[in-house]
Amino acid sequence: MTTATTTNSTKPAKRAAFVSARKAVTGWGQPVVYTLLVVLSAAFTFPFIWTVLTALKAPHEIFRFPPVFIPEQLLWDNFAEVWRQAPFLTFLKNTLIVAGLSIMGDIVTASLVAYGFARFRFPGKEVLFLLVLSVLILPEEVTIIPQFLIYRTLGWVDTLKPLILPAFLGGGAFNIFLLRQFFLTIPRDLDEAAMIDGAGSLRILWQILIPLAKPAMATVAIFSFLFHWNDFFRPLIYLNSIDNFTLSLGLRFFQTSADSGGKPMQHLLMAASVMMTIPVIALFFSMQGYFIEGITMSGIKR
Amino acid sequence: MAATSAPISSPPAAPRRRWSPARRREAIQGYLYITPWFIGFLFLIVGPVIASLYLSLTTYTIISPPVFIGFENYVRAFTNDKLFIKSMGNTLYYVVFSVPFSISISLLLALLLDQGLRFTKIFRTLFFLPSITPVVASVLLWRWIFQPDVGVVNYMLSLIGIQGPAWLGSTQWVKPTLIIMGLWGSVGGSQMIIFLAGLQAIPSDLYEVAAIDGAGPFQRFRSVTLPMLTPSIFFNLILSIIAAFRIFTAAYIATQGGPAYSSLFFVLYLFFNAFKFMNMGYASAMAWVLFVIVLALTAFQFRMSRRWVYYEAGD
Repeated sequence: MTTATTTNSTKPAKRAAFVSARKAVTGWGQPVVYTLLVVLSAAFTFPFIWTVLTALKAPHEIFRFPPVFIPEQLLWDNFAEVWRQAPFLTFLKNTLIVAGLSIMGDIVTASLVAYGFARFRFPGKEVLFLLVLSVLILPEEVTIIPQFLIYRTLGWVDTLKPLILPAFLGGGAFNIFLLRQFFLTIPRDLDEAAMIDGAGSLRILWQILIPLAKPAMATVAIFSFLFHWNDFFRPLIYLNSIDNFTLSLGLRFFQTSADSGGKPMQHLLMAASVMMTIPVIALFFSMQGYFIEGITMSGIKR
Repeated sequence: MAATSAPISSPPAAPRRRWSPARRREAIQGYLYITPWFIGFLFLIVGPVIASLYLSLTTYTIISPPVFIGFENYVRAFTNDKLFIKSMGNTLYYVVFSVPFSISISLLLALLLDQGLRFTKIFRTLFFLPSITPVVASVLLWRWIFQPDVGVVNYMLSLIGIQGPAWLGSTQWVKPTLIIMGLWGSVGGSQMIIFLAGLQAIPSDLYEVAAIDGAGPFQRFRSVTLPMLTPSIFFNLILSIIAAFRIFTAAYIATQGGPAYSSLFFVLYLFFNAFKFMNMGYASAMAWVLFVIVLALTAFQFRMSRRWVYYEAGD
């Protein structure tokens, strides 16, 4: 995090250095790069635009060929119609429960565990930390069947619990790693000063480290939200009844019922997809820095 | 760290330090803090890994207890299950064709963004957004774009006189279509960001030296950028190969493995075995085959990396 702020503040100087020697694109190269950037970003953006346009069409415009690009009338009501056609409010509620509790669990337990690894000396620490990271190369498919059987014995299948519990048991290897790295950058003098003042270790974590690690906490929260909002595999395995579906399962359910209904429903499917994507995009725009930071952190120190 | 084993009652032996009460308290606190993880590790990872290994040696359909059958599941998979072989082949096809494109397109995007031009942030955002789009939504929108009769891709092809294929409905085109969908949703994401960070970490004096030596842009790319970027390429390569091996959601939603099993990927088949046919034993064996393949490939890449990945001295 610190590196990012320093690069930002020294940007003008660095920019100048870039242009002179490193950034070779001058003269005829510039228009070429711009053209490539524009063409590629158009290709990346087109599916979104097409989806939004389809979402605003009337049923009779959908299966026309050649396709209608701009609908005669922009039917904003399609977005409302989605909510009337399928219980998306229930799906949204379930998703928010899972995501909200998981974010809490991830933040609380990953900070506790990361704190343990960052600040305390105990035998076997290195090996245990390697074990934390080892999970990153273990394909989920290996553990998912026994996990399913465990949750089945507990009677938790078709509840949201299997989706939430893991967050409270460690909060994910990557989150632990990220927070530990961040805690390590915070000078120990601060802890020690507080300790002399008689603060216990939990209070040091709560009053000194966590406030200083806010950017890292935000990164954990964002990735946790993103994961649970988008997750399809685990809800698919654990949830059976529509009342318990999360948004991604609900959207899939809406698709299968639309496909078998015989009526043109593409506009509603697209409207539902748009609505499911908008919160994620909004989150990205409001917290862009944390996204980039979090990903960059995963790439270093590997 | 080995000092723990010192017996508490014995007099302090010369090389081994006795633990002061403060040190001991510190260690106990450390263990307490990592306890949530440790419980999860035992019950959600270690236990399941062992159970899965055992289940892979049984026939188990949930209704009755597992029956030990030795390596029969593995033997059956490789010698007597055409769909297993088919799903393996489909997955290899997917990996072999998607990974090189994925790495090179990500790198190209990062290079374009790293030219220090204006509006870079906007372009970066546009490249990035597909990677955070929910997979279900992205599959639905691509299915619509590739719709055979009225889809916009086939319409554009018809403008230049080409009769477009059935895409997801064609045994020949379904895998390339899924690859395109996968590339759209991944190349502008974490891979590109990691490449960008890698590019920005290259010290500019290297370029200056190269420029003084009279190296043109392409030579600078070849002899400065590419070698300096090999650690990022290596990192992305490992992750993207693992991700490609695990392709599931897109195929599950878009095709359910069809047509004629031509998009039945390994994890999809594993999922059907486990949760549709309830062959938990066989599915566990498949999971272990996947694990061994992924592990072996990763280990192999680490070995090979000594030959081509360049780490700066002192790093």
